[in-house]
Amino acid sequence: MLSETIELRGHIIDSLILPKVLDEIITHGGTFKIGEVRIGEQRTDQSFARIEVTGPSAESLDELILRLRQHGAEVIEKKSVELAVAPADGVFPEQFYVTTNQQTFVQLDDGEIEVHPALMDSAIVVDRRAKAATATKFYSVKKGQEVVVGHQGIRVVPLQRSTARADVFEFMASNVSIEKPKTAVIREIAREFRRARDENGRILVVGGPAIVHTGAAEHFEKLIEWGYVNLLFAGNALATHDIENALFGTSLGVFLEKGSLAESGHENHMRAINVIRSAGGIRPAVERGLLKRGIMHSCVRHGIDYVLAGSIRDDGPLPDVITDVLEAQKAMRAKLDGVTIAMMMGTMLHSIAVGNLLPATVRTICVDINPGVVTKLTDRGTFQAIGLVTDLEPFLRELTDCIAAQGR
Amino acid sequence: MRELLLCPPDHYGIEYEINPWMSRARGADTPVVKAQWRGLHEKLRSLGCQIHLVPPVPKLPDMVFTANAGLTIGRKFIPSNFRHAERAGEAPLFADWMAQHGYEVVWLPNDQFFEGEGDALFAGDALFCGYKFRSDVVAHRTVGEMLKCLVISVELVDPRFYHLDTCFCPLTDGGAVWFPAAFDEYGQRTIHDHVPNLIEVVEEEAAHFSCNAVVLERDVVLPEGAPRLMESLGDRGFHCHPLPMSEFLKAGGACKCLTMFLPQRETVA
Repeated sequence: MLSETIELRGHIIDSLILPKVLDEIITHGGTFKIGEVRIGEQRTDQSFARIEVTGPSAESLDELILRLRQHGAEVIEKKSVELAVAPADGVFPEQFYVTTNQQTFVQLDDGEIEVHPALMDSAIVVDRRAKAATATKFYSVKKGQEVVVGHQGIRVVPLQRSTARADVFEFMASNVSIEKPKTAVIREIAREFRRARDENGRILVVGGPAIVHTGAAEHFEKLIEWGYVNLLFAGNALATHDIENALFGTSLGVFLEKGSLAESGHENHMRAINVIRSAGGIRPAVERGLLKRGIMHSCVRHGIDYVLAGSIRDDGPLPDVITDVLEAQKAMRAKLDGVTIAMMMGTMLHSIAVGNLLPATVRTICVDINPGVVTKLTDRGTFQAIGLVTDLEPFLRELTDCIAAQGR
Repeated sequence: MRELLLCPPDHYGIEYEINPWMSRARGADTPVVKAQWRGLHEKLRSLGCQIHLVPPVPKLPDMVFTANAGLTIGRKFIPSNFRHAERAGEAPLFADWMAQHGYEVVWLPNDQFFEGEGDALFAGDALFCGYKFRSDVVAHRTVGEMLKCLVISVELVDPRFYHLDTCFCPLTDGGAVWFPAAFDEYGQRTIHDHVPNLIEVVEEEAAHFSCNAVVLERDVVLPEGAPRLMESLGDRGFHCHPLPMSEFLKAGGACKCLTMFLPQRETVA
């Protein structure tokens, strides 16, 4: 969305110029935000209005502004952003502008351009020749690159909830409470999933091992089979527990069917890791018939992309796990294009980490038995997330039931 | 006694096409032109007006339409900034004449188009200004600042009625004659809101430029061909004086276009 600021002066109230201009903006597909209005007090006093006009594309905005000029609208010249060069690799200039996860535009001398991606806690590197503005992390900035400093010439477009229909995201806002009526919310989430799939949106799941040891893996596999999961971000634990379950029927030594401890069961997850390590990874293990069921098996079989990111406490890890955190972050960011829904289940640290990579426009659902997880996620900047406090097994069971009921 | 500015039609003709009425293929009949203009001149004089004549200049055929010279309030004259290059040469000539006759000439910024009394007519305490085809709405604002009066800008939407005085004629009883379809919806609402006792002209009569009338107290000098309007004006106590204007209609003008008030108002209070 591109915008211009216009000013109207004169007897714009008596002449109905102000309502006419606002009507024209709406009629021609634009939106407006009134910045300032001063109404003349005496009959002969002129009035004034400053209006930010936003259009869906540069062409339609130009056309709209041309129409508004006929009614006396004067376009306010925008100030360009200030730029300073990065003093060294990995270091931003002082006073660098820190991004949010919202849609952002920067004004250059020859026009306004959008910053890509909408990524929080970054700086904006501008390539004037290529007319590109990139949200850039510390590790990517190179000495001499031009970086936006200060706040001039920057326009952030706040996320606007749809007013056309009251969906789960309006209904829930970002408040988290165990008192929420879960069935209604889960039914709405099922509809959102369906809508995303029908409109070629991609659904990202960020999952913790609780999916496996609460016994919810079979429901999650259904979501994968039905095409409701396009991307999986997890750690070593989810994959290890899932593979342990697939190979031995246990999760951390506990039989998921019976809830009883397996003899020497504590060894099972280590043995599972060893099987995959000896096969050279999850995919080769599936291809060689060593891994025949489970979430990771489903991902491989259905061609679902996954990124497994490591941590200090990992056993193994599995060969697929990326242990360099910066490399893991890059791998995740590289796969986020087209994601419209992110569902985060049973993992606090991965949820916050992934939340930091998402544009605010991604509809984010956080499901956890611990209310603090959603609060933490929203406090760390992923304000768009809605939360559902529940155990994962009943949640995923009900979600798959709802999806089945509305027709897969 | 009203003072008026007219310009003899010595060099009048259809030499270019800057509105839908003009066609070089349909030229004006010179003897008829002169007779029709003399008829107007005589009529206005007989109604007690003092008439001033600005000398006509070759190659400026539309100089005869003095309403577009500018806008006069008291002793202040705001010259036009013509939109079309064909008429731009008239502006300094009118300004010089006004200055020579003791008027204070105040120019608008030269990037603001304004076509004088053709697009600026007082009704009540408001100066109604037409915009889009000829005058710019920004010029109205400047005029409002110069005169310190309420300016009501209305958008004209029918190219046949390209100046305000072709579709809107204030009357001396506070009402006005108008052809609503010449205005956009907002302009129509604005005029309804600000002007009482409106007389609506039907399209057939509007096309004879019957709104392009000179109103002098209870006398209305208008082009012939508007029997319904004349009846309405008669009912309101006005005396109508229809005149043949066929040769000036060929250029998109009639009685009012051929006349500028000196001044239109003494003050704006």
